[in-house]
Amino acid sequence: MLSPLMAITVQDIGITVSLVFILLGLAWLAWRSFSGKEVDRRIIFLFIFFSVAMPVIFKISFKFKATPIVNALYEKIESLPNNSTVLISYDFDPAMAPEVQPMADALSRHCLSRDIKIVYMCLFPTGQGQLEQTFSTVVRNEFPEKQDGIDFVNLGYKAGGEGVLNVIVTDFEKMFPTDVNSVPYSEIPIFDNIKSCKNLDLIISIGGGRPGIKEWVLFVGDPGNIPMAAGVAAVVAPQLYPYYPNQILGLLGGVKGAAEYENRLRDSDPKFADMPTPATTMMGPQTLAHIVVMSFIIIGNILFFRNRKRGEIS
Amino acid sequence: MKFISIYFVLLVSLSVSAQTNDNDSTSLLVNDSLTIKIAPPTSVIVEDYKYDDADNLQLHWVPSIDDMPQDGKVVRYRIYQSTNNGSFVLVDSVNFSVNMKKIEGLAIDSTYQFMVSAVSKNYEAKSNKTITIQTEREWINFNLASLFLIALLITSAVIYFIETARRGKELFVRKIAGLEAVDEAIGRATEMGRPILFIPGIHDMDDVQTLAAITILGKVARQVADYDTKIRMPVARSLVMTAARETIKTAYQTAGRPDAYNDDMVNYITDEQFGYVAAVDGIMVREKPATIFLLGAFFAESLILAETGNSVGAIQIAGTARPAQLPFFIAACDFTLIGEELFAASAYLSGEPKMLGSLKGQDVGKAIAMGVIIVGVISITLGEAYGIEFFSNITSSIQSFFTVNK
Amino acid sequence: MKRLVPLIITFVVGTVLILSVFIPPMEGLGENFTLFFDIIAVFAFFLGGGNLVRVHFQKMSRKSDDWEFSIVTLVGFFVMLAAGLFKIGNPGDIASSVTADGSLFQAIYRSVFVPLSSTMYALLAFFVASASYRAFRAKNREATLLLVAAFIILLGSTPFGTMLTSWVPESWSIFQIPNLAVWLMSSPNLAGQRAIIIGIGLGVVSISLRLILGLERTYLGDDNA
Repeated sequence: MLSPLMAITVQDIGITVSLVFILLGLAWLAWRSFSGKEVDRRIIFLFIFFSVAMPVIFKISFKFKATPIVNALYEKIESLPNNSTVLISYDFDPAMAPEVQPMADALSRHCLSRDIKIVYMCLFPTGQGQLEQTFSTVVRNEFPEKQDGIDFVNLGYKAGGEGVLNVIVTDFEKMFPTDVNSVPYSEIPIFDNIKSCKNLDLIISIGGGRPGIKEWVLFVGDPGNIPMAAGVAAVVAPQLYPYYPNQILGLLGGVKGAAEYENRLRDSDPKFADMPTPATTMMGPQTLAHIVVMSFIIIGNILFFRNRKRGEIS
Repeated sequence: MKFISIYFVLLVSLSVSAQTNDNDSTSLLVNDSLTIKIAPPTSVIVEDYKYDDADNLQLHWVPSIDDMPQDGKVVRYRIYQSTNNGSFVLVDSVNFSVNMKKIEGLAIDSTYQFMVSAVSKNYEAKSNKTITIQTEREWINFNLASLFLIALLITSAVIYFIETARRGKELFVRKIAGLEAVDEAIGRATEMGRPILFIPGIHDMDDVQTLAAITILGKVARQVADYDTKIRMPVARSLVMTAARETIKTAYQTAGRPDAYNDDMVNYITDEQFGYVAAVDGIMVREKPATIFLLGAFFAESLILAETGNSVGAIQIAGTARPAQLPFFIAACDFTLIGEELFAASAYLSGEPKMLGSLKGQDVGKAIAMGVIIVGVISITLGEAYGIEFFSNITSSIQSFFTVNK
Repeated sequence: MKRLVPLIITFVVGTVLILSVFIPPMEGLGENFTLFFDIIAVFAFFLGGGNLVRVHFQKMSRKSDDWEFSIVTLVGFFVMLAAGLFKIGNPGDIASSVTADGSLFQAIYRSVFVPLSSTMYALLAFFVASASYRAFRAKNREATLLLVAAFIILLGSTPFGTMLTSWVPESWSIFQIPNLAVWLMSSPNLAGQRAIIIGIGLGVVSISLRLILGLERTYLGDDNA
């Protein structure tokens, strides 16, 4: 029989060390605040650095239950018949990628595993590079049997933002006469029965900037009566709540939304048990960073009240 | 043996001909025992699509009686089109359960006829043909009548107040702290002998926020020229660079100091969001501007810029119409122009009556919005809670008036 | 004349764009004007690129402060331009995608551009913390409300929010912190945001009218005088 001590893992030690280090540091700062000393912004930065780095090093992560708004998108994809066609638009750049790329990868994985065809495109020029990332990590790596042009197609980037959407809602070929590999539209089998966005079963915009999901809803979803969903950066998500559930049937907001989707997917089928879950991994740092930010808010208020009491602030 | 073969051939031909005669509008794709036979859609009606440029028609049909999502027999509907009495060609397809389709990209001088078929995995059942029809052009989109009315009302109010102000009537405009502080901010930079940094956001000239920023730049540059303060303006768009140069140049000319102006006051960095932020942060840290204006369209970079500005001790005046970025500016800047204040800034700073009049016109729009929200909240509450039909009718009237069907 | 022509263009284009919403035969014109802008903006890329090169060459030749950074900027600019323009290292022919796997463009994009952009974006985490420390202080009633709301939202987006209020019965689930956070975002926060958006909409109408009517001319380099 293993002694209880033997059962302690490196991860447990990591969690303990991280929490003790951070809590002791915060307690020291709180004590300093009582004596009226402001906290230098570099100390705040140092704490944020540790609270983010330690969960990454010791792989601290948490489990998440999908909220209804995330679950709705999962269920929609589950309900689509085989050979349906979904469009995923990469409307983001590398800067936003850590937050939204995991969503794009998880959604691609989900669709392809259910034999749903995917049309990829992007409204951000740098989205094309992010698309390549999904191709190399998910599409080609996990689904080598899927064929370009038949099971998925990459239309790439087209400049013009809303102008592009205005056109593809009625005619894809007008905006995308070829895919990124210069294959003419008429020779791509996936488009045999697809003339415009209106022939798609679902459109998912991943991003958070402009053009993004708002423009998709305005120029494509609403006029074409096409089911839409979105994955966006956390800062943008609150603005999109009014669109749910009538104009957007599901919404993944920030790393948390992505982590919820990953957990939902992983729990749904044993074949996803070993899939990469970057968003779930990222929730560790995010959780600790939130706690540190809250602690600094408390420290700031201690200092404020202490100074006010002593009449240093009117 | 030969006799038996002839017998089977005859039997097959007879069965096929019987099927063809049985329903003229039904065609067979595959004839095997696994065929999933389905009924065709019925009552296919084509009519002119209202309020368009004679390039659309609207097609409706009653779905096939076999179209039930739970058994999945019908997978799609195909739409066939005949132009000028030519042969029918497949033009579009829609998912099962759908019973209408807008047919687009048509010409006014052609005639059209349609046919819709229900498709199973291996069978296609075609409907009867529709009547022959031509598209019609409408000159005014009456679907947007309510939008037109609201636009007319607000526009008239703005023009009315501009005219009123032009005739010399005094109009009260509340004080906007952020704009009151512009003079002080420029003065501070002058006293400290440090530059002013003007960031017009990261969007192009087609964004009205950038236009608003450039109009404020005009007023700021005029004072900068008067005080002989240094101004720096790194931009993320080439067209903004050109417009900003013209604006600053004119301000220097008006101030009678054209020689003090040089093109390098405004320089292009990059269109790339974070590349631009890196460069601007670098400028802030190296040059330590005394005053920073962050006015225009900002996204994730708002807090990075504002916090760096704060760390170098600059007085910061920010303004954007992106609600998601306002909290960041409020947290990190000294003054923030919230949404409409950014658009009001140029009028406010100019102090010209006709410009201030345009701000007064906005209040009519606000009064309408507030009135409708109050009436709407009361009517929907009373209608839903007590089931009073009168209030429910008011609610539905408001909803239909403010719903735009394009 | 220098000012009159742009004013006429602004008036005509502005009026046509408004009318094209209500008059179906004019819809195409509205779309065309948008395309005109895109075409002009593409040509303006040269203007921007030219300015960047000139400014940094000037800095280098004059040995101005920090002129060494200009070398990095120009090398980056020309290497990326050449990699994209000549499709250096592309596995396919000249018609293949500029970001195809194996191309120099894609290699630089992945190993330089992506990490640099992500680093800049990641700075937000640090700045959010320092801004929160300074800004969220219970100075008055409004600031206290803001502080409490911020706390609930922050807690709601961590598993601790769920843990802390898991004892709250389902019939009172609105008081569970994650649900309270969603309510705060979707009700009071949204109401405020909508009010701001209505104000912005009216502000846009007002400034657009000033531009169309030629009252606002500063953006043309005029002094409105």
